[in-house]
Amino acid sequence: MVEPIRRQGALVPLRRPEERAAPLSDPRLSDVDEWGRSEHIRELTRRLYDPIYRHWFRAEWEGLEKIPTEGGALLVANHAGAIPSDAPAIMHGIETELNRPVYGMADHMFKGMPVIGTLWSRAGGVAAHPENAYRLLREQGQLALVFPEGTKGPGKIYTERYQLRRFGRGGFVEIAMRAGVPIIPIAVVGAEESMPTLFKVPGLARILGVPYVPITANMLMFGPLGLLAYFPSKFRLRVLDPVRFDVPPDQERYSKSRIMDAAEDIRVDLQETLYDMLRQRRSVWF
Amino acid sequence: MAQALEADRDVDHIIGLDVEEPKVPLERTEYVRADQSYSILARIVKATQIDTIVHTFLVVDSTHMSGRQLHETNVIGTMNLLAAAGAPEGSVRHVIVKSSSLVYGSSMQDPAWFRESMQRTAPPVSRVERSLVEVESYLRDFAVDNPHVTVTLLRFANVLGTDIVTPISKALETGIAPAIMGFDPLMQFVEEDDVIRSLHFAFDRQLQGVYNVAGDGRIPWSEVAHICGVRLVPMLPPILTGLTAGALSSLGLTDLPPELLDLLRYGRGIDNRKLKAAGFRYRWTSAGAIDSFAQARRLRRSVGASRPSYTYERDVENFFRRSAAVVRRPVES
Repeated sequence: MVEPIRRQGALVPLRRPEERAAPLSDPRLSDVDEWGRSEHIRELTRRLYDPIYRHWFRAEWEGLEKIPTEGGALLVANHAGAIPSDAPAIMHGIETELNRPVYGMADHMFKGMPVIGTLWSRAGGVAAHPENAYRLLREQGQLALVFPEGTKGPGKIYTERYQLRRFGRGGFVEIAMRAGVPIIPIAVVGAEESMPTLFKVPGLARILGVPYVPITANMLMFGPLGLLAYFPSKFRLRVLDPVRFDVPPDQERYSKSRIMDAAEDIRVDLQETLYDMLRQRRSVWF
Repeated sequence: MAQALEADRDVDHIIGLDVEEPKVPLERTEYVRADQSYSILARIVKATQIDTIVHTFLVVDSTHMSGRQLHETNVIGTMNLLAAAGAPEGSVRHVIVKSSSLVYGSSMQDPAWFRESMQRTAPPVSRVERSLVEVESYLRDFAVDNPHVTVTLLRFANVLGTDIVTPISKALETGIAPAIMGFDPLMQFVEEDDVIRSLHFAFDRQLQGVYNVAGDGRIPWSEVAHICGVRLVPMLPPILTGLTAGALSSLGLTDLPPELLDLLRYGRGIDNRKLKAAGFRYRWTSAGAIDSFAQARRLRRSVGASRPSYTYERDVENFFRRSAAVVRRPVES
């Protein structure tokens, strides 16, 4: 068989080359991600904070293996200390042990604070907006840490220590349901005593527009420096079993009673764990 | 935009309306000079039976316009436009509106990314934002009242590029990036080329609904300054920011409108994935848009303003187009 010779100049249909998506030029100069977090600054923070974590608070974990090494999960903890010392300890512990980033979600208020807000954001803080949490957990499979007590936790005085406040309106449960990730409760003992609030000045808080103005034992001992100096209380952190919800993710809304029940269950669990840990604690300092 | 439409062979006639003469050479566009509130539009629509209106005259920069003028152009102008488009037995089938991410505002309570369905979290403070919010509400009503008209609303992030002049580009052009002490917000930009392309895309695909248009990524303001090679100057205190900015602008040092002050404090991010899902391909990321501006700025600094004010080509082109002496041949397509 001889192939028919094509007439010269005949049109040969050619497939048009598909428009290939070349990577766009993205001349970034820093490593600040879309949340404002910079791994570089985070690393620096970790290096500075590590001695405090190891030698001052002597943090000890229990059940760290319950935190997944990949995929999204919502970490939920009790919140304490006039300027809470638990968030950095939890973030530092998980990041150094599991080698994966933790995004600490906190009140929008931080964004409005000069310097502090920027540093907080660079060090892995994200404003606690449901959309932010959803994007972090569902789309990016990250670990996010929330304190469902909000400012009511650190805003309580020393005589109310380790008594969990109301868990908001259960928004954190709804987010975990929507994002289809487990909730992992973490009980922290030690933060309350690191900076106990003796009493509050509500009038000043109203003027400054902040949730509370604490007078802490640290202030009485160290003066204004007490805002920065924590007492060396012993930190113990216990990770509880992950709570999974058997509801499909990405729904418009979930049963409100289901959400409130789940939130209350987690709160009771966390409270019981705290009591258990306090029963076993022989000293605040060791 | 008109240049982009001229390149589209499916477009038969283009009529440009503006209060100023077109600044770029246009071949096929017929230009009509309008007054500030575009009241002439209804008659043009009726006379020419046009099917698509691309509404790009919304003012998003309040530094060179009084409040009254701004209201006149944005609100009354849009009302006139929508009235023309919605006339009984009208010919208009598609309205494309170029709005701005200013409608989302910029506040402490904001999420990191705004999707099209989300509302702003703080009431609008500046005149520009108020007028844009008002315009969008008219547009929503218009879309409900005129189901036969496809309505596209594009919300653009801050535009940077080779030619466009915005309050941000003006500030950066001076070699100083004004900042608020203690704040380093995350900003998002879209390149001017992508602005035109997205408008054309909306026209081409008959997109319906609201779309955000912005480059990928959010960049800290300090890095924006770094990419442009300008100095970041935290000249504004965190409290009494507006007052200081007012004082500085009356001294002629900076010109920062109130909506930009909010942006320099809290930043803003808009989710661009809906437009991507519709098939649009960006050519620039946020950082790319900044870089494009930075390169153009470096060129300007070396050779001066790149556009000469008079080019003989335009007059020659006019001659070729209008003169009866020119022998016309049908264009092969």
